[in-house]
Amino acid sequence: MSSCLLCGESVNGRLGWRPFFLLEAPPSICGACRRQFEPIIGERCRACSRPLAALDPAFIREDRCLDCCRWEEDSFYKGVLAGNYSLYTYNEAMKDFIARFKYRGDYILAQVFAGEIKKAAKQLPHDVAVAIPLSQERLMERGFNQAEALAQAAGLDIEDVLQRVHGEKQSKKSRSERLEAANVFGVKEKSSICHKKVLIIDDIYTTGSTLRQAAYLLKQAGAAEVRALTLARGQGT
Amino acid sequence: MMVFPPASFLSGRLLLEEEIPFPLPDSPAIQKLPGLSKRNSRLYCERCGNNEKERFALFPCARCQTECLYCRHCLMMGRISGCSRLVYWTGAEPPYEGEGILHWKGSLSEGQERASQAVTQAIRENGEQLIWAVCGAGKTEVLFRGIEAALLANKRVCIATPRTDVVLELAPRLQHVFPGTKVAALYGGSPDRHLYSQLVVSTTHQLLRFFQAFDVMIVDEVDAFPYSCDPSLQFAVQKARKPDAALIYLTATPNERWQKDCLHGKKAFVKIPARFHRQPLPVPQFSWIGNWKRAVKKGRLPASITSWAARRLQVNKQSLLFFPHIEWMQQALPLFQQLDSSIAAVHAGDPERKAKVAFMRDQKIPLLLSTTILERGVTFPNIDVAVIGTEDEVFTESALVQIAGRAGRSADFPDGEVRFFHYGKTRAAVKAIAHIRQMNKEGLEKGWLDR
Ligand SMILES: [Zn+2]
Ligand SMILES: [Zn+2]
Ligand SMILES: [Zn+2]
Ligand SMILES: [Zn+2]
Repeated sequence: MSSCLLCGESVNGRLGWRPFFLLEAPPSICGACRRQFEPIIGERCRACSRPLAALDPAFIREDRCLDCCRWEEDSFYKGVLAGNYSLYTYNEAMKDFIARFKYRGDYILAQVFAGEIKKAAKQLPHDVAVAIPLSQERLMERGFNQAEALAQAAGLDIEDVLQRVHGEKQSKKSRSERLEAANVFGVKEKSSICHKKVLIIDDIYTTGSTLRQAAYLLKQAGAAEVRALTLARGQGT
Repeated sequence: MMVFPPASFLSGRLLLEEEIPFPLPDSPAIQKLPGLSKRNSRLYCERCGNNEKERFALFPCARCQTECLYCRHCLMMGRISGCSRLVYWTGAEPPYEGEGILHWKGSLSEGQERASQAVTQAIRENGEQLIWAVCGAGKTEVLFRGIEAALLANKRVCIATPRTDVVLELAPRLQHVFPGTKVAALYGGSPDRHLYSQLVVSTTHQLLRFFQAFDVMIVDEVDAFPYSCDPSLQFAVQKARKPDAALIYLTATPNERWQKDCLHGKKAFVKIPARFHRQPLPVPQFSWIGNWKRAVKKGRLPASITSWAARRLQVNKQSLLFFPHIEWMQQALPLFQQLDSSIAAVHAGDPERKAKVAFMRDQKIPLLLSTTILERGVTFPNIDVAVIGTEDEVFTESALVQIAGRAGRSADFPDGEVRFFHYGKTRAAVKAIAHIRQMNKEGLEKGWLDR
C-alpha cells in the first residue's frame, strides 16, 4: 500500500484496482490532492504560456501577452528565448507544493509531475537539456537543485553547462534592475551546446528574466535555439 | 542580531545545528547526536521518533555528497537528513528570575475548585491527573493555582495543545494573570521561538524541539485531532518532559480506553460535569435526511435542512453547520446561498479563515458552514449547531461532543439547539448523546446545575 506524497492518505484506496504486475507503483499523490492543481488549458500566450482567458484584453496582443511583446522590443533580449512552456498555473496548491519541495526540501516530490514533464519535454524539440543552477551557498542550504531534481525525475539528461556567477538575491529588485544584472550566469562548457537546441528546465516562470539571462548566455555561447520548460507559470509583472 | 547566551538558548532543547543563530562555543556542556539513527534495526528520526520506512526518502545531498536519507514526517520543522546533527545542552539550567505569583481575582465553581486542588496536588507530588471537564466548564482557571505552585517551586511548566488557535488564545490569558513571568507562546513561525521561559504555551508539534525540559507538562485536549491520530505528537510530549515530571491532561472527551480506566479506578481523574454558568449542556437531536450526498449532487438540499436553516435565518439566530469533508461543503455552499447570499464556508486551508471567523463573531455571517476545524476552541456566544452527515467516520464521539459543546456557551444564552442530520445513526453519535446526557445527570446530582 502506498500513501499520497502530499496528504498521506492511502492512494490504493482511492485509485481502486491496479493491475497486479504494477505491484511497486511509483510514489504519487491522491486524486483529491491532484485536483487542487490547475493545469494550463485553453488559450495561452504563445511565448510564455500565460493563460490568456484570465488576462485583461488590454494586456493581450494577438496570441501573446504584453510582457512578451515588451521583451521582444528589448534590443538586448529580443529573440533570445524561443518560448516557455508551463504545465500549471501558480495557484495556492502549486505555491504550497513548490514551497514544500524547494524550500522545505522534500526531494521526493519531484516524482509528482515527472511524467508530465517528461511528456512535455518530448513535445519540445531539443538536443540538450540544462537546469537553472543555484549558487554554491543556496545549494548547501537546500541540499539539492530543484530544477535539476525535476529534470532527473523526468528522466532527462542534464548537461552541466551553466553556473551561477552571482547569488539569487534578486527577487526584491525591480524589473529594470534585474534586466541590467545580465551576467548572473556563466557558461562552463561551450562545446556541448554549440549549434544545439537547448531546453532549460526550471520550477517556475515568473517574470521570465532569469530564464532570459540564461538563454542570452547560451545563445552567446553558440546555442541554435533556447526554450524553457517550467512546472508553473507564476503571475509576473 | 541578538546574541543568545548558550545556556538559555539551548537548555531543554534539541535543535538542528543550522537552527542555532550563533557560532557554537567549545563547551563540554554542548553535545551533538546524529539526526537519524538506527533503533532495533529500523531507521529512526531522533527529533520526531518516526520509524516508518515509508516516511523517509532519499535525495542526492549536496552537503555530504551522498544519497542521503531524510525524514519526511517532521520536514516542516526543517529537514533532518542523514548528515544532520542535533545539538543539546547538558549543563545547568538557567535560573528562574521571574516572580510566579498569581494575580487573579476570579472565583472557581465547586467543580473547578475540586479540579484545581487535584491539579495542584499532582504538581506538588510530580503525579499524574486527568481533568475531565465539559466544554464551557472553565478548565483554564483550574490550572492557575497549580501553575503558581509550580513557578514558586522553581519548576518549569509547559501547556501543550494541538492547535495554534488555542496557543494564541491561552498565552495572553496566562500572561495577564502571571505578570511577573514572561510567557512564551510557541507555534510554527512564532516570534517567541528563541525565548527561554519558565512558562511555555506550545503546540504539541513544537514540543519536538524540546528534550527533557519541563517539570510540569499539561496537555490540553488530549483527544483532539491531530494529537490522537499522530503517535509522534505523543512522543513529543514524552520527550519534552523530564522523566519525573508532573503530567496533567485536560479533556472534554477522553477516548474509550481512558474512560474505562477512569471507571475502573486505574486513572486518577476529576470530572467537572457542569458548565461554569450552571446550565445544562444542550442535548443533540437526530434528524434523518436520507442520501443527502445524492441530493446535493442533484443540486438540492434535503428539506429538513433547508427548513432548519430557513427558520434560523428568519429569527436572526446565527448557526454553525459542520460538514464531514470540504468537497461536500463546497458543493452545498451555493445551495445554502440561495437562502441567503451572505452564508459562507470555512475550512482548514482557507486563507480567509481568520476573517470569516471574525465576521461570524461580528454577526455579519448568519450561517457558517465549516469542516471539523471549528469543532473546538472557537466560541460564539449565541448559536445553534448542526452536523450534516453525522454518519461520516470523521464524526467520532469526541468530535461530536465538542461540536455540540459550541452551543449555549454564554450565561446570557445558555440554550442552543444541536441537530445531528444523518443518513444512519452511528455508534459514535449515539454515544456522544449518551455522554452529554450523563454529564447533565451528574451535574444535577452534584447540585452544580440550576435546573
Ligand atoms: Zn493526497
Ligand atoms: Zn507571454
Ligand atoms: Zn547529506
Ligand atoms: Zn522526523
